[in-house]
Amino acid sequence: MRSAPFRSIASRLRWGVPIVAAAVVASACSSANSVNVQHNKSGGGAGGYHYKIAMVTHGGAGDSFWSIVKAGGVQAGKDMGDDFTYQSNGDPTQQSQLIDAAVNQKPDGLIVSMANPEALKAAIQRAVAAGIPVVTINSGQAQSKAYGALSHFGSDETVAGQAVGTGLKQAGVKSVICVVQEAGNVALEQRCAGVKSTLGGTVTNLQVDNNNLPGAQSLIQAKLQADKSVDGVVTLGAQVASVAEAAIAGANSTAKLATFDLNADVAKAVQDGKILFAVDQQPYLQGYIAVVMLTQYKANLNVLGGGLPVLTGPNLITKDNAAAVLKLAAAGTR
Amino acid sequence: MTTTLERPPAQPQPDERVARVSLARRLLVKPEFGALVGVIVIFVFFSFESDVFRSMEGAANWLDGASTVGLMAIPISLLMIGGHFDLSAGVQVGTAGLATGIMTTYWGLNVYASMVVSLCLLLFIGFINGFLVTRTGLPSFIITLGMFLALQGINLGVTKQVTNTVQVSNLNLVPGYQALKDIFGSQISIGGHKFQIAILWWIIFTIIGSWLLTQTRFGNWIFASGGDPNASKNVGVPTSRTTITLFMLTSAMAWFVGNTQIIRFSTIQAQVGIGQELIYIVAAVIGGCLLTGGYGSVIGASLGALIFGMTQSGIVYANWNSDWFKTFVGAMLLLAVLANQFVRRLATQGRR
Repeated sequence: MRSAPFRSIASRLRWGVPIVAAAVVASACSSANSVNVQHNKSGGGAGGYHYKIAMVTHGGAGDSFWSIVKAGGVQAGKDMGDDFTYQSNGDPTQQSQLIDAAVNQKPDGLIVSMANPEALKAAIQRAVAAGIPVVTINSGQAQSKAYGALSHFGSDETVAGQAVGTGLKQAGVKSVICVVQEAGNVALEQRCAGVKSTLGGTVTNLQVDNNNLPGAQSLIQAKLQADKSVDGVVTLGAQVASVAEAAIAGANSTAKLATFDLNADVAKAVQDGKILFAVDQQPYLQGYIAVVMLTQYKANLNVLGGGLPVLTGPNLITKDNAAAVLKLAAAGTR
Repeated sequence: MTTTLERPPAQPQPDERVARVSLARRLLVKPEFGALVGVIVIFVFFSFESDVFRSMEGAANWLDGASTVGLMAIPISLLMIGGHFDLSAGVQVGTAGLATGIMTTYWGLNVYASMVVSLCLLLFIGFINGFLVTRTGLPSFIITLGMFLALQGINLGVTKQVTNTVQVSNLNLVPGYQALKDIFGSQISIGGHKFQIAILWWIIFTIIGSWLLTQTRFGNWIFASGGDPNASKNVGVPTSRTTITLFMLTSAMAWFVGNTQIIRFSTIQAQVGIGQELIYIVAAVIGGCLLTGGYGSVIGASLGALIFGMTQSGIVYANWNSDWFKTFVGAMLLLAVLANQFVRRLATQGRR
């Protein structure tokens, strides 16, 4: 249905456009732009164990925390020379189905995160009954041993929250808003409760939407404007921290900012003094150590923790160590 | 075959189509009227609840929240008037920002060139949406639902493949960033209060969108293809071309919003925009768009977004528990739709 003149223009452009585009691309490429490319590659010596290790978590697909856990597992798999697989689903029923599917493939080791232990109980016990060594990570430390897992590598959200509360109290903060970016996430509520228990002041939770960051900024800013007594902001995810930083500046507030979790931007802001400190639960280690332990269990019957949970955090990132962590965060391992 | 119907020439009744209509009625039948009332009611309501809300800094704040939704609600309302949905609109925002970010900060492409390539990519996505809808005749709901899921996976998959994380950051370290920040992410000072520049863009695009819909031939085509696609095809309206253009307009706006976001925050996350597609539709519906197409207004959609932004911030200013925000929005959506329907019935009653 194109008109004749349009067609003639189109035919004339047919070769012109790719040539111009190629020229633009060729001239435009420069290393000044590719600021995120890492030039050092961490090499791993293959251990040559060749075990099949399966990890099934409750992490959401786009969740930065779980992408780091997975990165740790993948790297450990490489280092140990294992065959590592990763599956995840935030819905407990579907997670238990994933566990069943993994068990059917008779792995040499199974790693599970238990956000909702009750729902996973049957599936995990089936794995244990099938003689597969199970390690739990991240959440579910109370039930880990009872369900037959060898070890638990996790982080305690309440403990981490308490560390934040203590840190803010030392900085003289009295009234805090705790920004919850995911409705109905138990771990996030526990973090806020932990902050409250050691701060000794008031903590108000503020619900924002993780998928709408401009909206989150305007909400945090609104809260700061509405309540001038707020002198501290706690964010529970690295992305929201950057947004809160902008909101504090936008509201001309002097509130101090602390955050859970880490990324390159947060590490940079901590270095620049815009964020007081960041709490890192070291998710990389949860994934990494679980694979290593299962490998050593199969090879050497080693067990870590002596029946007690092993905590990988909280690890506080302050101005002193931010610079070193910054590079690692950009590479997706911190 | 032609037969002339002989009508008795008696009773010279005036044609009801050219009869004078009272101002009140003319206002009532405007699709955006309900939303305008809503804006006033919500503004007055929250102004009583909080004095910060009605201050300039408060306004700067809720306008900011409204602008992101509002920018996308403009093409979405056009698309809905044209009889279609785009459930992939929210995710496309993420795709656009991620594409620009990855091409620049990982592949070393000049940031302006990245933006051009990402625009081409988005226009292509919009074209695919429109092409599939017009070619297959399947409901756009299904086609764009497929696109929504596919892009969601691509956003995450590509981002993780390239960055090893789920976000692209550090755009602010790239040459040429400052100029972009001035255009897309800066703040304008009005009376000492800082307003996000996105608000200005929102107003400009609302005017352009409304002009397009009400003053141009293309606008007539939108109404026609949404109102009755078959009839309009028969009278020569290029419905397929109109539909494809509308999908591409939506994608182009997603490009604008996505790039605004990564430029403003210098970082973007792989799951950005997921779930927002419904909010855009909510804004358009509160603004008077019908789900069946053929009726609605761009200004209405922007007013709908304004209601959304005011409510979102208003709840915080009023010191209410923000956990209940979505409930409030849901109730408001139902109320708006019911009010719109009631008003429309009232207004059209006497004319039949």
